[in-house]
Amino acid sequence: MKAGVVVFPGSNCDHDCYHVLKHVLEVDTVFLWHKERDLKGVDFIVLPGGFSYGDYLRCGAIASHSEIIDSVVEFAEKGGLVLGICNGFQVLTETRLLPGALLRNRDLKFICKNVNLVVSNVNTPFTRFYTPGEIIKIPIAHMDGNYFIDEKGLNELIENEQVVFRYCSETGETFDDANPNGSVDNIAGIVNKKGNVLGMMPHPERCAEEILGNMDGFHIFNSVKKYLKGGI
Amino acid sequence: MSVYNSFNYPDVDEKIAKEMGLKTEEYELAKKILGRNPNYIEIGIISSMWSEHCSYKSSKIHLKKLPTQGKCVVQGPGENAGIIEIDGDICACFKVESHNHPSYIEPYQGAATGVGGILRDVFTMGARPVAAMNSLRFGTLDNDETIKIMDGVVAGIAGYGNCFGVPTVGGEVFFDECYQKNPLVNAFALGIVKKDKIFLAKAEGVGNPIIYVGAKTGRDGIHGATMASEEFSADSESKRPNVQIGDPFKEKLLLEACLELMKNEYIIGIQDMGAAGLTSSSFEMASKSGSGVKLYLDKVPVREKGMTPYEIMLSESQERMLMVAKKGFEEKVIEIFKKWDLDVAIIGEVTDDGFVRLFWNGEEVAFLPADPLSNNAPVYDRPYKKPEYIEDLRSFSPLKLKKIDDLNTCLFNLLNSQNIASKRWVFEQYDYMVRTNTVVIPGSDAAVIRIKESRKGIALSSDCNPRYCYVNPKKGGSLAVVEAARNVAMSGAKPLAITNCLNFGNPEKPEIMWQFVEALEGMKEACLALDTPVVSGNVSFYNETEGKGVYPTPTIVMVGAIDDVKNTLKSSFKSFNSHIIVVGKDKYEIGASEYLKVCHNLVAGDAPEVELDAEKKLIDFMVDASGRKLLNSAHDISEGGFAVALAEMTFENEIGCEVSFNEDVRDDFLLFSESQARAIIEVSSLNLEKVEELLKKYGLFYMIAGKTVGNFISIRNKGRKIIDVNILAAKYIYENAIKGKMQ
Repeated sequence: MKAGVVVFPGSNCDHDCYHVLKHVLEVDTVFLWHKERDLKGVDFIVLPGGFSYGDYLRCGAIASHSEIIDSVVEFAEKGGLVLGICNGFQVLTETRLLPGALLRNRDLKFICKNVNLVVSNVNTPFTRFYTPGEIIKIPIAHMDGNYFIDEKGLNELIENEQVVFRYCSETGETFDDANPNGSVDNIAGIVNKKGNVLGMMPHPERCAEEILGNMDGFHIFNSVKKYLKGGI
Repeated sequence: MSVYNSFNYPDVDEKIAKEMGLKTEEYELAKKILGRNPNYIEIGIISSMWSEHCSYKSSKIHLKKLPTQGKCVVQGPGENAGIIEIDGDICACFKVESHNHPSYIEPYQGAATGVGGILRDVFTMGARPVAAMNSLRFGTLDNDETIKIMDGVVAGIAGYGNCFGVPTVGGEVFFDECYQKNPLVNAFALGIVKKDKIFLAKAEGVGNPIIYVGAKTGRDGIHGATMASEEFSADSESKRPNVQIGDPFKEKLLLEACLELMKNEYIIGIQDMGAAGLTSSSFEMASKSGSGVKLYLDKVPVREKGMTPYEIMLSESQERMLMVAKKGFEEKVIEIFKKWDLDVAIIGEVTDDGFVRLFWNGEEVAFLPADPLSNNAPVYDRPYKKPEYIEDLRSFSPLKLKKIDDLNTCLFNLLNSQNIASKRWVFEQYDYMVRTNTVVIPGSDAAVIRIKESRKGIALSSDCNPRYCYVNPKKGGSLAVVEAARNVAMSGAKPLAITNCLNFGNPEKPEIMWQFVEALEGMKEACLALDTPVVSGNVSFYNETEGKGVYPTPTIVMVGAIDDVKNTLKSSFKSFNSHIIVVGKDKYEIGASEYLKVCHNLVAGDAPEVELDAEKKLIDFMVDASGRKLLNSAHDISEGGFAVALAEMTFENEIGCEVSFNEDVRDDFLLFSESQARAIIEVSSLNLEKVEELLKKYGLFYMIAGKTVGNFISIRNKGRKIIDVNILAAKYIYENAIKGKMQ
């Protein structure tokens, strides 16, 4: 397995994702520069969090027109595994690899905190180590994480089991109080129809080591690793 | 017509010099140094360089008294930031700096550019910023003005730090009426740098090119340093154009480009453009190296047409750097900045004549001797005198204080006090986790970050109780240092060095100068006793609006190291049925306390006694005990006294406690005294004996006060229940006090 972390100007979780893949999961990992098209033979791509191109115009909008993105889209359309975290999720909706859009948080403020998520789809290459309905804790840190999709789109997402994570209470209820940013149907992460592209607002790379007090995010990277090795 | 004349600058006289902030005798000194009358560009440069903000003219002679040497010190004051050794080659580079005036005029941009400035100070030295903190002081949250300022300041810090990608891991927020029209915004940043990769502000090697990189120069912030060196008046609103505008995205690119550049051997020296912009950076580099520089100002990338040399030299546009490259490597340097889409231009060269010479279209439009203007800047030994209010405060007699029967309500009122209540509304707007190093998140005594290349961790705490400093500046100065040290030690880390940000009123008033001199004396004594030298800092005078000064506020940020970051302690009870030990002796000191202010609406008395010896022992004990993994948690006793400290420990994990005393003292004094050198530690039964042995070994007074149990906070004295509250009720108040005001 070889992983690639895309670096846009303004990416700031690129090193964190690289660190988890390379030093925690011990996967061969490279950075992919936004001005290049070469994917260097990777079979897993991470679009990291941050403020690509300063979030000017609209979060993820300029990144979706970068040179590397053409290659990422092609890679995804051929079934390659792509994980977009936070700003990476915003880039994925801007490229239309994933449906919907991420709007400004309901309270119009940046929010950084641990949130509970209920895992609703464990049949993706990213979530095989979770159990259906499992409640996990992963931090969010964003200004624009309010997921929006129209009713028709939402029904399609639900029908196709594309919703992977929902914000929930400690006991798993997905009521409004457990929704940090106003997302439609408490959605925190979705996959595309084929299941090879995952976008999520929470940051699994921030909870993948014992010293940080939480390992819940580790399983996403580990799931990808095992999936690519053909282990599961 | 000469080039200079084409700008139609007025002739320089005393009136113009005064308008720019120079005093008559300073203008005379300038003429003496130059041997002639300066022209308009030159007088602008001189007035900025000699502003209080840039020259430290009122503080210099006193700052010299602070200890700056120590085993761990790699770089003391005088550079962009201080550097200490953490683990072998791995060093921490840090500094705190004020951005008070701009944050009042334009809270969002003022605070944002304060963060930007301090980050640049750190990465200019070759260090990648890994942690930011800030120390904020506002008026009380009972009026729209303060709410608006706080909302803007916090959003500004968040907007800049989050986008840049540095975690804001902690800080402090203090509220008092005295900051209503003069909030304090002190921004701190810490970076990691290898010892052999430290860069300094040098301009050496005749003929070496001077390269400008980063954002284009605009008309923002012109004379910002001068503005920061005056009192505020009602028309400060009109100074809005003096506040700079920040672009964190540009700064992030500048960081990555600079660090990439610094991996190579292409550059000699580098300096950021902060206060007084190109003026400070060019003069500092030339003066430190004893060289000179030529700058071709028409080559400077500008944001708009028609900018003049005067404006270019004094602009405080953000996200700009000046560097001296090795001759022959210009193309390599330019290539790296082009890669990161940054403006870059060769704008001058190093000379050896000791002058800063400015050119426009080939003609020299100004020339000034670098070293004389930097080093012979005016220095004042301003008169100082003890203010009369001090004696009035001392006449307070604690025993005459009205007794309060319902102490549960007192405790609730203290937890509801904005100074004590949870700062969650603030810190959840900051990305405190990016870079995945944050081991202890905001809300504990100290923030702790790991270093990925080392077993060690870095602990940070920012402290100052301005009320103590007001009633007794000398004690207050000492207590700011010891509290910061104690907080760092509570995590298990050894305090190593400090950076300080000294916020005071108008130094031309002898009473203010007295506060300053006393506070520094206190600080010095504490630094010497704890062996924590000052490695960097900043002075901010003229924190007065319409003649009314703020409390003397010498903010201290202590940096410490923990040998094994896995042993880090937090300040919340960890398990049921463990022992609660109170370490340190209570002297039942209620003067200048939060209790006095909140429950009796009084600011009176004296600050608590400074116990340097006891503090040192407590710190050494904490480092030793945490290293042996003997403690579950630890929290120092500070504002609000024992009862508040105890309550704070119960909240996170909702673990209650029962403690009993047997003391002949008023109940309120027992609960809320702010005697120093004290802490509460949580110890399992298994470790109790070993902890007691260790406490005795360090000669510490202690008392096993109770156990962790239940979902309530219960405190008895002589068998009587004096506090009995439910944790959830207390926590609700604690969590909502600030949030409720801000929504």
